[in-house]
This record gives sequence, C-alpha cells and structure tokens, in this order.
Amino acid sequence: MKILIVDDFSTMRRIIKNLLRDLGYNNVQEADDGNTALPMLKSGKFDFLITDWNMPGMTGIELLKAVRADEQLAKLPVLMVTAEQKREQIIEAAQAGVNGYIVKPFTAATLKEKIEKIFERVKAEG
Amino acid sequence: MDAARTQFHEDLLGEARALVSALENGDGEAAEAALARIGALRESDLFQELGRMTRELHDALKEVELDDSVQGLAQVDIPDARARLNHVIEMTDEAANKTLSLIESAVPICEGLEDALRHIGDGWRRFRNREMSVEEFRELSREVESFIERGNEELARLKGHLNEILMAQGFQDLTGQIIRKVIGIVDDLEDNLVGLIRKIHGDRPVARREDDLAGPQIPGRESDTAVSGQDEVDELLSSLGF
Repeated sequence: MKILIVDDFSTMRRIIKNLLRDLGYNNVQEADDGNTALPMLKSGKFDFLITDWNMPGMTGIELLKAVRADEQLAKLPVLMVTAEQKREQIIEAAQAGVNGYIVKPFTAATLKEKIEKIFERVKAEG
Repeated sequence: MDAARTQFHEDLLGEARALVSALENGDGEAAEAALARIGALRESDLFQELGRMTRELHDALKEVELDDSVQGLAQVDIPDARARLNHVIEMTDEAANKTLSLIESAVPICEGLEDALRHIGDGWRRFRNREMSVEEFRELSREVESFIERGNEELARLKGHLNEILMAQGFQDLTGQIIRKVIGIVDDLEDNLVGLIRKIHGDRPVARREDDLAGPQIPGRESDTAVSGQDEVDELLSSLGF
C-alpha cells in the first residue's frame, strides 16, 4: 500500500505519517501542494491519496478534480483532511468524487475509521 | 450667499443695465464695451470659484491627511505585526517539529521494551509450567537481569523525552503574548480606519468581503453554513449517498 500525503504544513504531514505508521502503513510519501503531488501521482503508482484543501499553488480540490479527470488516476481513492468545514465545500468535494472527508482537528480513531471504510468500499467494488 | 457673490451679482446687473440702455440708444460701441465687461466679470467669477474649490479641496485633504497615529500604524505597526505573526509561525513550527521528533524517537524505545517484556514473559510462563531446563532458566535469569538494567536506562530516556515535550509547550505562553500585542495593533488600526471612513463616507454600513476559503472556524465567529464537527460532516455525506 503506497500512500501520498499532500499538505503545505510539514507538521501536519508528519502527524498523518505517524498515525499511518501506527495503522501499519509504512510506504508513505509527501508533497506540499497539488503541483508537486500531481506528477508524483502520475509516475509513482500510488494506491491512496490523502490531501489538504487550502494550499498555495494547486489546492486540494483542484488536485482532486485533476485526479478524477486523468484516465489512469480516475479510480484512485482520495481522502480529504482539511480545516474547511462549510457545507457547500463538503458538497463540492463530494461532487468532485472525494472518497472521504475529515475536518481538522481530527483524532487517530477518525482517520483509522475513514481509511478502513474507504478500503472496504474499494474492495467491494472490486 | 456670501458678500463676494452679492457684489458679483450687483456688478453684473449694472453692466446688464448699461448694455440694455446702450442697445436702446443704438450706441453700438458702448454695447460692445458693456458686453466685454460682462465677459471679464464672468471670467473673474470663474477664477474665484475655482480658487474657492481648490481651497476646499486642500482643506479636505489636510483633514483626511492622516494624523501621525495612522502614519505610524502604516509605516511601523503593521510591518511590526507582520514580523510578530511570522515569528509565531516559526515558534509553533519549531515546537511542533521538536515534539514530533521526540515522539518519533520514543516509539522505538517503547517497541524495544515491549519486545523484551514479551520475550521474558514467554520464558516465565514456560518456567511456571515446568517446561524449562536448568540451562534455559540460567539464560532467562541473565536476560531478566540485563532487562532490569536496560529497562531502567530506557525508561530514563523516555522520561527525558516526556520532559522535553513538556518544555516545548512553552511556545503557547510566548506566542500568546505576541498575538495579544498584534490584537492591540489591529484594535488601533480599526479605530483609525473607522474614523477615516466616517470622515469620508459618514456612517455608511460596510459590506464584508467573503473569502473563497474559510479555513478553520473561529469560536463565536462560525460561518452559518459551516458544520460543527466530524459527526455533521458524516451526516451530510451520508445524506448525499456516501
């Protein structure tokens, strides 16, 4: 399981990375915005994308839309972890095809639950 | 109407009468002269009016010309606030990274202790079940002894990490003081801006600019359309068929 974490704050990337390691995911890479993430995704064979929304350069929602528009990446599961918590934003992310949405600050249990749920669904869909 | 205007109107009336009587008398030359004087009067009135407007504009500008406190705000306090806030970012970044590093290096210590305890625990169970040879028991005793020594060392290291994590929280006090100072600057700025806007526009209600991205919600200033936590996010998503 290869995972890409995209967030402009290195501390948040570290926190998520540590939580993922606790959950048994050790193959994790990082990017600080959509512009650096997208080429990594295109060449890196990632299984899962965790992204923030508000980042300089390319935002998380733009990255999500770019992923869904890319033939090879379209099916990549995407979890959004963000401080954006307006209803219209959550709906926008859902319509853009996000697989899970976590608002900051969050707990380790929430991250675990959402990741497991996403993989269950991915498995069920084959 | 001020005295200058009254005088102007009187002069104008006098010249107009002169023009009418010159025309009635068929005195073309006098009529021309009267007309010329009317033109000159009109011109000097225009200049006076222009002068008055310039003066008013000058006074208005002077009034708006921000007193020293606004200039100080713009030239000193706002750059100062920016530097202070940048420092807050640096301090919180440093504290978070320090804490994360200490935690990351504490995890393998815990895992090492866990492994050693599991190993000794297995041996102890076999000993209690009389499944252990004397030779094996001697080996277990040596392991227990070394674990006691090593365990104490490792626990002391862990306590050291916890202590450093504790100390790293000192940023909250310092950043709190810095941010409080910035709030003071923002208060001053608000007072000055409100005063300035009143001078220019009177008490007109000001439209609030809505940012594209709202970011973290601030207690007491939540957006009407914001959810209040993960549970509401989940509810909303499930209502959308997630």
